[in-house]
Amino acid sequence: MHELSIVTSIVESVTESLAAYPGARVLEVRLRVGALASVVPESLEFCYPIATEGTPLEGSRLVVNVLPVVMHCAPCGQDVELEGVQSFRCPRCGEPCSDMRQGREMEIESYEIDELPNNEIAKDKVEAKI
Amino acid sequence: MTTRIVELRRGILKKNDELAAGLRASYMAAGVLTLNLVSSPGTGKTAFLERTLRELRARGSRVAALVGDLETDNDARRLASSGAPVRQINTHGICHLDAEMIAKHLDGWPDVALGGVPLGGLDYLFIENVGNLVCPSSYDLGEAIRVAMLSVTEGEDKPLKYPTLFNSADAAVITKMDLAEPCGFDRETALRNMNEIRPGIRIFETSAKTGAGMEEWFTYLAEERAARS
Repeated sequence: MHELSIVTSIVESVTESLAAYPGARVLEVRLRVGALASVVPESLEFCYPIATEGTPLEGSRLVVNVLPVVMHCAPCGQDVELEGVQSFRCPRCGEPCSDMRQGREMEIESYEIDELPNNEIAKDKVEAKI
Repeated sequence: MTTRIVELRRGILKKNDELAAGLRASYMAAGVLTLNLVSSPGTGKTAFLERTLRELRARGSRVAALVGDLETDNDARRLASSGAPVRQINTHGICHLDAEMIAKHLDGWPDVALGGVPLGGLDYLFIENVGNLVCPSSYDLGEAIRVAMLSVTEGEDKPLKYPTLFNSADAAVITKMDLAEPCGFDRETALRNMNEIRPGIRIFETSAKTGAGMEEWFTYLAEERAARS
């Protein structure tokens, strides 16, 4: 169960990138995870609220997009998508394949922020009072 | 409320991967072949490694090992009986080794340096990972060869159950072959399953107790090292 470590890395990366958007609040984080990345999306989702607590990511949604394994089949001369991860054979010709083109990704694709900075909200409130 | 989508396209384990790339470069520079041994707890990684270290040393090779466990230095003490320099890494609950732990434990290890070159005094560095067939597969340690290990007592379908690890391995070692018969180990099925998950993978059928299959393993190590230097 290394999902907590993985989620912690996500929080670090997004927080670092957020420096460019002071005061922004994160609404959603989108991941691309290969079917052979050895992470369980449900476990990531379970750890996410714990790891984001007290960070600018608190309260945001985690969206995990799972990518199927794609191998290059030399005899067919093309990339083929595997139906599962129990057999690394071309589903077209049945030949074993070892040239993986997709399936191990573990990437933060993007995140969505609410751009209205908190400090502006605070300023509005102050002005309203006056 | 104005929302904006920020494209990040960043590897989640980027920090580990960058550190591992640096380690890989330093292993190359030192001319040391580094192997990462991964298996379930109880497969016999330590017994296999102990024999490997002892025999390689007897043949004049310079070897060292890092060994990962949640707690205790029992394995390091066992491995050190081979005479090779060994360092224990205690992860205190973390289920895998990562590149940072390796870098930290290699840093300033005088026993394996030569003429001011870190690791320069070595031909082979073995890293025995924490017993776990899942999490270690995500963490690159900069190794040249990842070895997936399986004992005859574990069941022939392990490669199918843990495809991530077996698919990312460069070689596979079956341990405890001396127990194959009493355990009713179905060798053909095990080999077929490994090949199904990692077509063409090199497989070594070994026994650390009897020494069976070790000669092929040593030949492989020597060839891999020669191919990289």
